[in-house]
Amino acid sequence: MEQLLSAHDAKLVERLRARDEDTFMELIRELNPSLLRVARMFVPTAAVAEDVVQETWLAVLNGIDRFEGRSSLKTWIFRILTNTAKTRGERERRSVPFSALETEDSGYEPAVERSRFTGTGHWAVLPRAWPEDKLLAGETLSVIEHAIERLPQTQRTVITLRDVEGWTADEVRNALELSETNQRVLLHRARAKVRNALEQYLSEEQ
Amino acid sequence: MSIGLAHLNCRELVELVTAYLEGDLSSGERKRFDSHLAACDGCTMYVEQMRRTIELTGMLSVDDVTPKAEEALLRAFRDWKGQ
Repeated sequence: MEQLLSAHDAKLVERLRARDEDTFMELIRELNPSLLRVARMFVPTAAVAEDVVQETWLAVLNGIDRFEGRSSLKTWIFRILTNTAKTRGERERRSVPFSALETEDSGYEPAVERSRFTGTGHWAVLPRAWPEDKLLAGETLSVIEHAIERLPQTQRTVITLRDVEGWTADEVRNALELSETNQRVLLHRARAKVRNALEQYLSEEQ
Repeated sequence: MSIGLAHLNCRELVELVTAYLEGDLSSGERKRFDSHLAACDGCTMYVEQMRRTIELTGMLSVDDVTPKAEEALLRAFRDWKGQ
């Protein structure tokens, strides 16, 4: 098994099997916020998501001796989370059926307002260069943060995992059970809105 | 994702930016995208701004575990270890 795992993962698994507390706590600090974020997609409340994440960690501990290393440790942990969260979500009944994830915001949402283009689809008003000094000022990051907070939940989750936490497209697709196209559409819409928020902020009078 | 054979206008291009940056366009689509960019200042600016947006988003800090959750998990770990 170990040859399929990265050296880093193999070491983590070995230490977890040896009941090493520091390793477990390191893993928690690394993954817990993302686990909560993903769990929240399947269950109705933050409190239930916390339960699901707790249950997931217990399942990780109880399953680590049998972990076969056919996927990365992270993928395996998120698969346990997704299964736990879905079971719990179904039990709660109040949760949004998961298929709603893919359709929540499937209406047409142009990346750039139509009025910015001419009838033949060319720029009517060109995007203006961003003032570098203002872009690099501290406020820019809070503008981005607020833009992300205002996104629909699925878009917010995808852009946070991809662009803030640095996950790959495949990792996000697996954890959220999205098709390739849906993952990309959600990311696309989220990024376009964040860019638009930046554009608006940067065009305001200083 | 498919694009009409001949032209790609600006309104269509902005909808393909993510596929472009993700490396998900076919080589034909990519060529049309690149040749449009080579001739269009507005779209060049748009793509550049999208790259900056992604880069800046990456500078946001990742959430931390709450002390309460950390404590609960530590207890769970010790219980498991003691089994």
